[in-house]
Amino acid sequence: MQKTVWRARAFSLFSVLLRPDMKLITQPLATFGRYLQLMAKVFSRPERVRMYLKQYVKEMQKLGVDSIGIVMMISFFIGAVICIQMKVNIQSPWMPRFTTGYTTREILLLEFSSSIMCLILAGKVGSNIASEIGTMRVTQQIDALEIMGVNSASFLILPKIMALLTMIPVLVTFSMVAGFSGAYAIAYAGILTPEDLTYGLQHSFKQWFIWMSFIKSFFFAFIISSVSAFYGYTVEGGSVEVGKASTDSVVHCSMLILFADIFLTQILS
Amino acid sequence: MIEIKSLHKSFEDKEVLKGINTTFAEGQTNLIIGQSGSGKTVLMKCIVGLFDPTSGHILYDGRDFVAMSKREKMLLRREMGMIFQSAALFDSMTVLENVMFPLDMFSSMTLRERQKRAQECLHRVNLEGAERKYPDEISGGMQKRVAIARAIALNPKYLFCDEPNSGLDPKTSLVIDALIHDITVEYGMTTIINTHDMNSVMGIGDSIIFIKEGHQEWTGDKTQVATSTNQALTDFIFASDLLKKARQAFI
Repeated sequence: MQKTVWRARAFSLFSVLLRPDMKLITQPLATFGRYLQLMAKVFSRPERVRMYLKQYVKEMQKLGVDSIGIVMMISFFIGAVICIQMKVNIQSPWMPRFTTGYTTREILLLEFSSSIMCLILAGKVGSNIASEIGTMRVTQQIDALEIMGVNSASFLILPKIMALLTMIPVLVTFSMVAGFSGAYAIAYAGILTPEDLTYGLQHSFKQWFIWMSFIKSFFFAFIISSVSAFYGYTVEGGSVEVGKASTDSVVHCSMLILFADIFLTQILS
Repeated sequence: MIEIKSLHKSFEDKEVLKGINTTFAEGQTNLIIGQSGSGKTVLMKCIVGLFDPTSGHILYDGRDFVAMSKREKMLLRREMGMIFQSAALFDSMTVLENVMFPLDMFSSMTLRERQKRAQECLHRVNLEGAERKYPDEISGGMQKRVAIARAIALNPKYLFCDEPNSGLDPKTSLVIDALIHDITVEYGMTTIINTHDMNSVMGIGDSIIFIKEGHQEWTGDKTQVATSTNQALTDFIFASDLLKKARQAFI
């Protein structure tokens, strides 16, 4: 009897939360539903594999190769700054001299080169994807594809997702290398000895941390490419809406990456 | 031939199309005319499947488009070509790549054959020498001609033009009109043009349907327009004093 009462109460609470005027609940659910519908359309059989491969190679260039510069530059400076911070604020005479190198490595491998680097990519690549697809929508280029009988969602979005998934390990690797180069630049500038840094970087090294970084970045790459494509593809209106979609995509990608990071770190650690 | 039967389209509680019944014959330029907001763009978008009608039927040579599955619609769309108001060329591709796109996607031709066919289409719209240019490097009239070349690349049975003269000067508009009309006759296509350009109405209106507030107000052809007694039609077509005087003189 009590079970039935509780069930009825839970049902009434659920129906209140899902009322059309409960936009706080219904709107994110509706958006998520539309996202899933779009993804179902994206992951369908391509009409002409050759054309998709051509797009895939173009997107690898645009989303991956063209991002190497910014990834390396930011990683180099952040690697250098982390090294200085560790030396100045963490290192003390009571700690081993390799502490700076050790902590710099852990920060770069565990968080910076995967999560923070993907947050940066959400800004660069995510806004690029959303504005490109959004502009195609408002200038009727997507309608033109549909009229030709092309699955526009799949043709435009699938190569982007696959390209970013392919290029993300490369970008993560470049980020790690550039971050360590930044740390070495600081060491050679005389703030700590390169030997201490090298020893710290090698101390208690776990190869799994690199794999963890790659695994996390695959999830983040999927979030960046699919969520920003969703915001671009569903634009209605003109240039103002394209700008808004671009901003929304960066905000939502960043939030989702941060949420996913918590769960992935917990699962993979 | 495309037949429209009792077509209704509503957006929430607003009914935009209120029971359209008409037939668009093949080998003719069929015009849909009407004021802005009268529902002609919605009608065209329903016909090509960008909007789902609320009720009614759209028959492509007897095949009911509304009742088709998504897959069947995709296949039928390969028999369609469309020229958009903004030309809608892919701005990351050159002119030649734009025209080759439907061929790359759906034909089984070799690369050489596809290039040859694209060149033929560009030749047909008098646009040789612009193959390597990007859409933003050519004029609005040239963009429309590229859009026509792309639309005819796969020899479509049905051609749709959404305000093809929009943004063009009167002389270029006449050239585009003549081109669409000639291609329609040459390929034997069923062509539907959505326009409010009076030169198009009087020049290439083999069949005209006038839409007012979602209703089919009048049907006829270019020879009947001037002598029509339909007040809404004459008010729309002969809106300026000059055109009114010209009509009086004609009558």
